[in-house]
Amino acid sequence: MDSVVLETKELSFLYSKGTSSEVAAINNINIKINKGELVGIIGHTGSGKSTLVEHFNAILKPTGGSVFLDGNDIWQDKKNIRSVRFKVGVCFQYPEYQLFEDTVEKDVAFGPKNMGLSKNEIDLRVREAVEYVGLDKSYLEKSPFDLSGGEKRRVAIAGVMAMKPEVLVLDEPCAGLDPIGRKTVLDLIVSYKEKTNSTVIVVSHSMEDIAKIATKILVMNESRLAYYDTVRNVFSHVSELVSMGLDVPQITQLFLKLKNAGYDVRTDIYTADEAEKELLKLLKRRGNNAQ
Amino acid sequence: MLSDITIGQYYKGDSFVHRLDARMKIILTILFIVIIFLCKNFLSLSLMLLLTVISVLLSKVPFKMFFKSIKPILPIILFTVILNIFYIDGGTTLVSFRIITITTKGIFTAIFMAVRIICLIMCSSLLTYATVPTALTDAIERLLSPLGLLHIPVHSLAMMMTLALRFIPTLIEEIERIMNAQKARGADFESGKFMDRVKAMIPILIPLFVSAFRRAYELSFAMTCRCYHGGEGRTRMKQMKLHSGDFVSLGVFAVSLAGVIVLNHYFGSLI
Repeated sequence: MDSVVLETKELSFLYSKGTSSEVAAINNINIKINKGELVGIIGHTGSGKSTLVEHFNAILKPTGGSVFLDGNDIWQDKKNIRSVRFKVGVCFQYPEYQLFEDTVEKDVAFGPKNMGLSKNEIDLRVREAVEYVGLDKSYLEKSPFDLSGGEKRRVAIAGVMAMKPEVLVLDEPCAGLDPIGRKTVLDLIVSYKEKTNSTVIVVSHSMEDIAKIATKILVMNESRLAYYDTVRNVFSHVSELVSMGLDVPQITQLFLKLKNAGYDVRTDIYTADEAEKELLKLLKRRGNNAQ
Repeated sequence: MLSDITIGQYYKGDSFVHRLDARMKIILTILFIVIIFLCKNFLSLSLMLLLTVISVLLSKVPFKMFFKSIKPILPIILFTVILNIFYIDGGTTLVSFRIITITTKGIFTAIFMAVRIICLIMCSSLLTYATVPTALTDAIERLLSPLGLLHIPVHSLAMMMTLALRFIPTLIEEIERIMNAQKARGADFESGKFMDRVKAMIPILIPLFVSAFRRAYELSFAMTCRCYHGGEGRTRMKQMKLHSGDFVSLGVFAVSLAGVIVLNHYFGSLI
């Protein structure tokens, strides 16, 4: 049976609570995230994705409802907050701006050091994490400020991975990277998940990226949960996704256009293989009709 | 925590005070400070207190905002009050115990000082609450422009001030972001000995400096691209003009000044 690692119950958060400018950033969110899942959170700007993520590791305290990690309410004991942050490792947007040490090695070691691990264990974890993000040992002695943007990003991600969190959360890990950088980051997320068998949550506004790697998709729209289902099921609501202002993958867009033009095709298609099969089916049918 | 900082905070509104010319508001604030130090008895002080309350009411900035700006000064006010109560002699003695003597004059002076400080703070926070920071620096530049004759780079100084004010909220936001990122890696800012806490600031300060320099570089680049070359020959989009309201308020302040002098003269002085 699947075991739930992270769960939210009626989770709500109001910004500037009690003032006239009170705004609900997230509203009544109920989700269960199972162990070993790769969940993609999508939604357009201001839909509450990042606010939701900031609740997972107790950066924000919910104004309503609660968050459960391994069945325990994370706000039950305030002394536990730090240990929650080690178990749910969150890498925020543009994490390269958090780098501060003079070598990559020291920077990646910041998290494990805060956990109070032994020196050997820290060394081991740093080396492991740097390997996960595809950088070789020669980087350890370099200054993080001398690296390229994409490399800095990967060092920052390694800094979170080095804590060996049960749940790794990455907020917009591909933002501002070029196509090669995006691909590298997405690939390293998948390989990290396979190697460690941990739970991974990736926030993005790009359906294209998420569809490639996720096992489940959580769609946020106007601070509410719109869908939380398998990739296939979420894509069956493709026209609703478009009306929410999400950029669905180009392949899906093509099939949506074909459907609108009167062709009888499925619209929940998001991989090239499926597209090929569906197109062949369509051509075959048209061939049969012509005869 | 960080968002509690009120210095240079603008309270959006469209009141009589908001619409006054920024130059006039600066002059009136200075005038107010001068008058309040001229006050010698409770009558003249209450006249100034009345003026403060009227200005605040006219600005439609809620009193809550002013409590917020008085709060950090509260220890200083308390210190002044206590000092005055115990050290001023004169009038009738109320309590006399060993070396401690409390007199009526001491208590009156303490109240007088406290009211004076509160008026001062309310008036100067009103200036920043009711004036857009850019208008404020613009006004300072105009008021100081005669110093240009002494080869003081007034324009550059004003531009630096504008930029500094502009980036306060940005940097506060940045600090919060960096703090969250380091907290997510288990950084602890709240516990430990003093030295531990100072050390805990390093992971915040270094990224903050790096990004501040990056921003400064980008900004200067953007300014150069738009041919910025200092104040010489630069014209303005928003011309400042004095309106009837400005002269009326100046008149009111002048009358208050006269009133204070008269009250001081006829009703003796407390201090």
